[in-house]
Amino acid sequence: MSKKIGDVILDLQNISLRFGGVKALTDISFDVREHEIRAIIGPNGAGKSSMLNVINGVYHPQEGRIFWHGQERKNMEPHMAAQQNIARTFQNIALFKGMTVLDNIMTGRITKMKANFIEHALWFGRAKKEELEHRKKVEEVIDFLEIQHIRKTPVNRLPYGLQKRVELGRALAAEPSMLLLDEPMAGMNVEEKQDMCRFILDVNDQFGTTIVLIEHDMGVVMDISDRVVVLDYGKKIGDGEPDEVKNNEDVIKAYLGAGH
Amino acid sequence: MLYREAGQFKTTYAADQQIFPIRQDRIGIIALLVVAFIGVPLFASEYWFSAILIPFLIFALAAIGLNVLTGYAGQLSLGSAAFMAVGAYAAYNFQLRIEGIPILVSFVLAGLTAAGVGILFGLPSLRIKGFYLAVATLAAQFFIVWCLTKFPWLSNNSSSGVISTQKLIFFGHELTTPVEKYLLVLSVVVVLALAAKNMVRSSTGRAWMAVRDMDVAASVIGIKLMPTKLLAFAVSSFYCGVAGAMYAFCYLGSVEPDGFSLEMSFKILFMIIIGGVGSIMGSFLGAAFILLLPIFLDVALPFVADLFGLPFASATVSHIQITVFGALIMFFLIVEPHGLARLWQIAKEKLRLWPFPH
Ligand SMILES: Nc1ncnc2c1ncn2[C@@H]1O[C@H](COP(=O)(O)OP(=O)(O)OP(=O)(O)O)[C@@H](O)[C@H]1O
Ligand SMILES: [Mg+2]
Repeated sequence: MSKKIGDVILDLQNISLRFGGVKALTDISFDVREHEIRAIIGPNGAGKSSMLNVINGVYHPQEGRIFWHGQERKNMEPHMAAQQNIARTFQNIALFKGMTVLDNIMTGRITKMKANFIEHALWFGRAKKEELEHRKKVEEVIDFLEIQHIRKTPVNRLPYGLQKRVELGRALAAEPSMLLLDEPMAGMNVEEKQDMCRFILDVNDQFGTTIVLIEHDMGVVMDISDRVVVLDYGKKIGDGEPDEVKNNEDVIKAYLGAGH
Repeated sequence: MLYREAGQFKTTYAADQQIFPIRQDRIGIIALLVVAFIGVPLFASEYWFSAILIPFLIFALAAIGLNVLTGYAGQLSLGSAAFMAVGAYAAYNFQLRIEGIPILVSFVLAGLTAAGVGILFGLPSLRIKGFYLAVATLAAQFFIVWCLTKFPWLSNNSSSGVISTQKLIFFGHELTTPVEKYLLVLSVVVVLALAAKNMVRSSTGRAWMAVRDMDVAASVIGIKLMPTKLLAFAVSSFYCGVAGAMYAFCYLGSVEPDGFSLEMSFKILFMIIIGGVGSIMGSFLGAAFILLLPIFLDVALPFVADLFGLPFASATVSHIQITVFGALIMFFLIVEPHGLARLWQIAKEKLRLWPFPH
């Protein structure tokens, strides 16, 4: 790969997260470097999604420290992550069901729109100008993801694969510096997976976006990621480049044990 | 061939983002406004103004208010009538206590007062959702009506809180005839309806809908839940407050706290269910439907009974009314949750394809 991987931009140290008695994450440390594709893998219930939720402030770990561009982050709320240019997609599609594709993706740019509700109500000042400017950006995303034909369709009428793509579009609309993807290819057929892989690689390549990816398809993971972290029962059991991880004894055991 | 988008290619995003992107819709709206402002005043009778058109417009405004909160922002409320009461009593007090305050200014201040109260009762929405929130707004309904009865200052010490509204002075001219009041109400409603439409088609509205559809995803995108929900409560209550002020000043002339009952809140809720949850136009359709249905049944039922030679008691009319309402609400909740506005949409989509459905 020709791209340049940069410095560590996200550093998680000794993260532990509990839900009552359930230990979702235990003493996990790992980092993410600028411009890389970082995969998180592990059997079901390993704590992968929880990890993403910690990164963007949906869950608050009881222990551990998080550094973002060298600064320690405290009391993170999800909307603050958005302001820091971290976007994400969800394992179970979390689109805004009552809205069209266009509106869903427009919503992705909401932190960049400054007009207030009075300007909107009277349609003066920044309101109209912003709608147009951001529409242009959104159309670029729509072109990039090849979904021009469905832009006015309500998302709940779309097939699953396209919904996943729209959700990626909504995240991309924010022009994130870091993109968290929770199983973006789950439940897709081979062709849809290929498309999605292509989009992820293009995003990474063209925009330099750092990507943290959860995926069960080992072929895909080993193919596209630069480094892989492996979780099992909330513990980190492997971390490194795909080849390293593939031959790690603990990882092989965990996967065999979980019936994969 | 009458209703088409074909041939109307949008060459700019500006054209695609107009408030009514389809030309026939624009023409339709303009025609409607011309009829409402010029045609109706020429032809309608006093009865139509004071018994049908004025209350229709006022309830449509309240329904828009509730639709902002429930339809767009997804926060169920059973307190719409109470916020109307706040508006009515606030406007009365502003007129009473501030010498020479213009009527429109007191309407706006009434709306703002209602917005403030709305924010207060919206605070629980930061913690609770759905059914529980509905119960919390029910508290608003009873508490506000209780306050208005309990504190005589609010009604200038009148017995049991009844107020008679002051004269409607509009730029030095007193509005007395129904048609003048109608034109005042119509102007206010048109302006506020357009403002609401503008809000819901811009990022304010998208933030509301995002919170409604999936609040976790909304906050991950960068939407702050608290200000977004409270803004919906404020805007919604503002609309209800202005509606309430006009209800007192332009419709009844004299109101009492108990007039703003839970039943009235439900009536407004039914308007948006039948008209269309999450639709500004639906608010008008629903208000028209709910207000006109009883009038229609009043006329039609005796006629039908007569036709079949059945005995007829006037109590039957109200029983049948309730039954019909119940049936319709169940129908819309189950079959078409987006109400009449959605049926209208479907009709338009069909018309767009007509006469070649494929
Ligand atoms: N909000 C929550 N409340 C309680 N327990 C939770 C919550 N979120 C996650 N957990 C628990 O934490 C553990 C890890 O869950 P998580 O969703 O992170 O796993 P995962 O690796 O993403 O699994 P999958 O591959 O099935 O998506 C599980 O035992 C889960 O039940
Ligand atoms: Mg998961």
